[in-house]
Amino acid sequence: MHKKYSKNAKQNILPGFNLSLGFTIFYLSLIVLIPLSAAFIKTTELSFSEFWAVVSAPRVVASYQLTFGASLIGALINAVFGLLTAWVLVRYTFPGKKIIDALVDLPFALPTAVAGIALTAVYAGNGWIGQWLEPLGIKVAFTPIGVIVALTFIGLPFVVRTVQPVLEDLEAETEEAAASLGANRWQTFTKIIFPAIWPALLTGFALAFARAIGEYGSVIFIAGNVPFVSEITPLIIITKLEQYEYASATAVAVVMLVISFLLLFAINGLQWWVNRRATALT
Amino acid sequence: MNNITKIIAALALALPLTALPLTVSAADITLLNVSYDPTRELYQDFNAAFSKHWLEKTGDKVTVKTSHGGSGKQARAIIDGLDADVATLALAYDVDQLAEKAKLIPKDWQKRLPHNSSPYTSTIVLLVRKGNPKNIKDWDDLIKPGVSVITPNPKTSGGARWNYLAAWAFAQKKYGNDEAKTKEFVGKLLKNVPVLDTGARGSTTTFVERGIGDVLLAWENEAFLAQKELGVGRFEIVVPSLSILAEPPVTVVDKFAKKHGTEKVAKAYLDYLYTEEGQEIAAKNYYRPTLQSVASKYESQFPKVKLVTIDEAFGGWAKAQKVHFSDGGTFDRVYQNK
Repeated sequence: MHKKYSKNAKQNILPGFNLSLGFTIFYLSLIVLIPLSAAFIKTTELSFSEFWAVVSAPRVVASYQLTFGASLIGALINAVFGLLTAWVLVRYTFPGKKIIDALVDLPFALPTAVAGIALTAVYAGNGWIGQWLEPLGIKVAFTPIGVIVALTFIGLPFVVRTVQPVLEDLEAETEEAAASLGANRWQTFTKIIFPAIWPALLTGFALAFARAIGEYGSVIFIAGNVPFVSEITPLIIITKLEQYEYASATAVAVVMLVISFLLLFAINGLQWWVNRRATALT
Repeated sequence: MNNITKIIAALALALPLTALPLTVSAADITLLNVSYDPTRELYQDFNAAFSKHWLEKTGDKVTVKTSHGGSGKQARAIIDGLDADVATLALAYDVDQLAEKAKLIPKDWQKRLPHNSSPYTSTIVLLVRKGNPKNIKDWDDLIKPGVSVITPNPKTSGGARWNYLAAWAFAQKKYGNDEAKTKEFVGKLLKNVPVLDTGARGSTTTFVERGIGDVLLAWENEAFLAQKELGVGRFEIVVPSLSILAEPPVTVVDKFAKKHGTEKVAKAYLDYLYTEEGQEIAAKNYYRPTLQSVASKYESQFPKVKLVTIDEAFGGWAKAQKVHFSDGGTFDRVYQNK
């Protein structure tokens, strides 16, 4: 009796495990699982060959390439420049820092349509930036580059906000210790700082990537929406809905869902592995 | 958008309901008209006129709320449960879906009102920049290399379907019903399209605000409005030698009107569109009136153009939709062969 009690106490230090797990599952079901499973169920209206014909149509495949490719590039850009932004915000003090810090969150709050229209106005051939790029032969608005610009815009806060707290926790003393032990700046960065922020950076990258895949509102204005060139997968889904083809719309959605899930699962796995290695090393 | 329209509709319906207990004698009625994109200005005027007319005639106060969006999107919102009393959409195919998918109206809805249930009509014209620098006169000029054409995506925009079919009808006539040549013509035209916006207003913005394209394929009323609102002289309307008679239909959504008890006033609302007053308002908003007396009065406003109907050139909407715009239709194939 005494033994059993202590074992239980060790397993759950906090009481209410069953209740809170029950609530978590109920909540996740209500908010995530049930609506998503509705998509899977709707798809079963199609036979497998019909399903395959819809999701492997050349035009749909071209849109997967654009959506996932542009999202990946956007997330990579954000990983680099988001890290830089987070670094500047944590390590330096300068006038107006609070304002810049608040600016980072704007892409979160802005309605995506507003972002799309604003980006288009700026990057179109007669816009503030577009008018300087066009003579150089660079067209941004209404091309796949425009898609990347929009997806980079909406993904920025994810990287900054996940890396920032980790950088704040990183004590400057560890860098000083590294320096006093003879490490140069590059070594300090690669051996001390980077391993510590790497898991957070991966999370930020994954969030920015996932957000970009599903983005519709901001992209639709700046992409030209031309089939095989600048048509994103969410637009294909909307197009099918407009034509009352609910089942084939959900078929494409299911494919997106599965690919996104696999990618996020892989990134999470990578992050877990990195974390474990990091703890094993220390 | 769907949710937003639903919320707006819910608010529109909820507000007068809360005010209901305060009114004593005369009834206070609210109608919801779910319409397509470019009718904002038209129904703003018409709703005010109808409210006045109904108050004088019956003593009841009626407030009409109108919601706007892409025609297909609006039809889908109604099918999904947005309880519109009347639907005034861009093409009959979308209204057909109300009967087919949700059984909200009878199948023969289009026979219930005169002129295929279209109180006003419109057509597709070409809007070019000042001085017509690319010298565009007709559909032929749109397939020339170096001419950039702006039109929305026919898969998402009702107006764009009319554009596509108008071009198709022209080519069909030019090549004497040679289908291969017609396809080639439309394919060349689409190759000159750099941006396919999802709706008619989006295309107008691309053409007018972003300065992209040499010519905009547009509803005649939208073209007139762009000219008027954005300054006369910046754009010119070019009337092609042949275009399509666009008939945007109207209907009472029986099931929801019955639920709200608004059948009578909803019917009167649509009938009023056919009266002299209603036709006047349509004409003032650049829709072509169907009532002869008003049509003759505004004759000089509308350029004369040879118009083909969807029935005679394409055998009706259901067929046109299937042949041209469903998956694997002519529109898809144009892009796949590229």
